[in-house]
Amino acid sequence: MGTIEVRVWRGTAEGSYQSFAVPRRANQTVLDLVTYIQRTLDPTLAYRFACRVGMCGSCAMTVNGKPRWTCRTHVARLDGDVMTIEPLKNLPVVKDLVADLAPFFDKWAKAEGSFKPTAAPGSDFVVVKPDTAARVAADAGIECIGCAVCYSACDVAAWNPDYLGPAALNRAWTLQNDVRDGGKAARLSAVAGDAGCHACHTQQSCRAHCPKGLNPSAAIAGLKRAALGALLKGEL
Amino acid sequence: MRRTRFEVALWALQRASAAVLALCVTAHLATNIYAVQGGLSAAEILGRTRGSVGLALFYGLFVAAVAVHAPIGLRTVLRETLGWHGRATDAALAAFALFLAWFGWRAVAGLVA
Repeated sequence: MGTIEVRVWRGTAEGSYQSFAVPRRANQTVLDLVTYIQRTLDPTLAYRFACRVGMCGSCAMTVNGKPRWTCRTHVARLDGDVMTIEPLKNLPVVKDLVADLAPFFDKWAKAEGSFKPTAAPGSDFVVVKPDTAARVAADAGIECIGCAVCYSACDVAAWNPDYLGPAALNRAWTLQNDVRDGGKAARLSAVAGDAGCHACHTQQSCRAHCPKGLNPSAAIAGLKRAALGALLKGEL
Repeated sequence: MRRTRFEVALWALQRASAAVLALCVTAHLATNIYAVQGGLSAAEILGRTRGSVGLALFYGLFVAAVAVHAPIGLRTVLRETLGWHGRATDAALAAFALFLAWFGWRAVAGLVA
């Protein structure tokens, strides 16, 4: 099946590309290529993965210029005999292919992206009907795996370092539509600041690249509408 | 909280002014294209615009929408390209809005007065 030339980023913010010749295999993923390099050709290569089945969101990297989940990206579906693999963009680089996700998740916290329970301990389960408008809106974004692909693909995140980003705002929108949550007012204020939902240009790069097929742009549009409604009602 | 309300209000104002501009630009272009079909001199144009209350209101609204819309858009451009943001930038942009409104309305007055 021949080999594929894999150009891998080595270093941190400063560095260079190193080329490796990796044998092609059937059903090979981009993560398989990186794993082959690290285990067979150069054990000093740093990269991150965990589940290998598209659940954990750990293995996202920039592949041929686009952010992708590498464990579910088949090499055969990418064109050419040369592949360039870099760490995710818009985040600091720890080493080689490992991006530091701390700023990404710090923004989830800034967007009040945690559930605030209203029910007292020991109270009965809340009945949430799946066909209500709020639950449908929450379900649309709930499958986010926190891989930071959308954040890496976002131009606004590149231009405005304070921008909360598509994933944090998507998370906020799912919680705004959770009937059990009690933190909605504080969350809406948190996401409507000068680097929040209104900074989004609706370019939809997040939607185009999300490996789970989610649409954070729609969630952000929902937050914009909710913030305007709250402003008009004097609740912001 | 006050700052948050300000941000949301600016966003709403930009969307509202964009809607007004869409109508104004379309009406402006359509009228121009229709009016110059047979050729028009400056004197003929002024002859038709002077004393027109409707035209004064239309272009007065057009200028107001520009004065609201452009500085808010420029605010985003400045933040994303130069990293400028905060109260000093907002004050400069408010001055820019007044500049646009003043010279725009002055031009409208020249057309209809």
